[in-house]
Amino acid sequence: MLEVKNISFRYGGGPWILKDVSLSVAEGERVAILGPSGYGKSTLAKVMAGYERPASGAVLWNGAPLPAREYCPVQLIYQHPEKALNPRWKMEKSLYEAGPLDSEVLNEMGIRSIWYGRWPAELSGGELQRFCVARVMRPGTRLLIADEMTTMLDALNQAHIWNFVLNYAKRHRMGIVAITHNPALAERVATRIIRIPELNHVEVDRSNL
Amino acid sequence: MNEDKHMLLDVRHLSVGFESYNARLERATFQAIADLSVTLSAGDILAVVGSSGSGKSLLAHAVMGILPGNARTGGEMFYRGEAMTAETKARLRGREIAFIPQSVAFLDPLMRVDSQVCGVSGKGQYAKMREAFAHFGLKPGVEKLYPFQLSGGMARRVLLSTAYVADAELIIADEPTPGLDLEIALEALKDFRVMADHGKAVLLITHDIDLALRVADTISIFYDGRVVETAAVSSFSGDGEGLKHPYSRALFRALPQNGFHLDRCSRCGSSSATWVVDEREMRCGCHA
Repeated sequence: MLEVKNISFRYGGGPWILKDVSLSVAEGERVAILGPSGYGKSTLAKVMAGYERPASGAVLWNGAPLPAREYCPVQLIYQHPEKALNPRWKMEKSLYEAGPLDSEVLNEMGIRSIWYGRWPAELSGGELQRFCVARVMRPGTRLLIADEMTTMLDALNQAHIWNFVLNYAKRHRMGIVAITHNPALAERVATRIIRIPELNHVEVDRSNL
Repeated sequence: MNEDKHMLLDVRHLSVGFESYNARLERATFQAIADLSVTLSAGDILAVVGSSGSGKSLLAHAVMGILPGNARTGGEMFYRGEAMTAETKARLRGREIAFIPQSVAFLDPLMRVDSQVCGVSGKGQYAKMREAFAHFGLKPGVEKLYPFQLSGGMARRVLLSTAYVADAELIIADEPTPGLDLEIALEALKDFRVMADHGKAVLLITHDIDLALRVADTISIFYDGRVVETAAVSSFSGDGEGLKHPYSRALFRALPQNGFHLDRCSRCGSSSATWVVDEREMRCGCHA
């Protein structure tokens, strides 16, 4: 399980983005973190996945820090897939970066082999996001952090990706942390909903958002 | 030309393609908009909804006459019943027609906010600009800032102010709320409602059908270069049975609050998100 213990975070010497945030996600649990912009949801996602180190507090996976030199059991999907893919790698290279994938995953995600030779700039947002999700659908992924994973997509692509991820998570007991501003989506995908203002004890000035 | 004198904008069978040359110097045309017709009357908000990268922004650029030089357009456009030419577009934009682009990147980075907001109307509009800033909750002093000093929300309100100052009749807003949470996005859209209720017409271009449903009067569903259906917001209710095109129905039923529903192909099992959509129907690609 993932434990976030009293973490605080800020970028450089800037204002505190996260203050005294604690939560835990059990194996196979589906949690939604719901709330408006400016409360540090995306920063929390990066800290939980090990992309940023907290100034204080700890992120523990089964009681130990996240591994730095091997496939991380906590994987993060961003809102903007075009920012998560190397623009100078063809799609096939990005897809198989962490090794082979189950062909069933590729089929169900609707990934077509004619896209393999394409550059990221040649596919739509929905198509790119399917690659980003598919490439982490492997046994090593124990917790998926979906940070506004489908916000930029149309409703059909959103339902398609979520239906697949929820099915996969149930079959493989993979946990999910869904970060979203959409209450209806949170209700759909999670069994527990946490509101970010109750989680993050930081003063937020929303007048400048 | 037009019977309805409230009709502001009438776009008929617009097509937009781009000409380019490939590695062998052969000329090729990429068709971004195949067939797009919309009409918009004073007091109305029309939302054109399509997925990201589907080319719907080009509608705004075509109406404003700001497409790049290699663009080839077809079809007809009328403003208040008068055919729009490159000259009329140049006369209308910034005065009768205001454009609210999707990002702060459309502001000139080397120009202070005040010069940009007053725009073609000149500094004579300073009082009006202050009025706009007060209206949209921008603090005094913002007018002297440069775009890089604005937050996303402030930039959006600066862009809205440009439409307010120009006192434009037609406001074209291209994806005005990306990355904003629902609460702030609805706030932004409320401003459009107020403008429409004062007799302006608003053309809202967005990928977010959820948001469009909350603010627009009419929604045009845009897919793969064409409008597949235009329907009143009231048709988007229940199980979507009031909608004509299966794609609009599918889109509506796929929303998390409407069942999160997907269809599966009876033959290969692929989800409807991957199906082919044409003028009349949507079907799986495995049905040859």
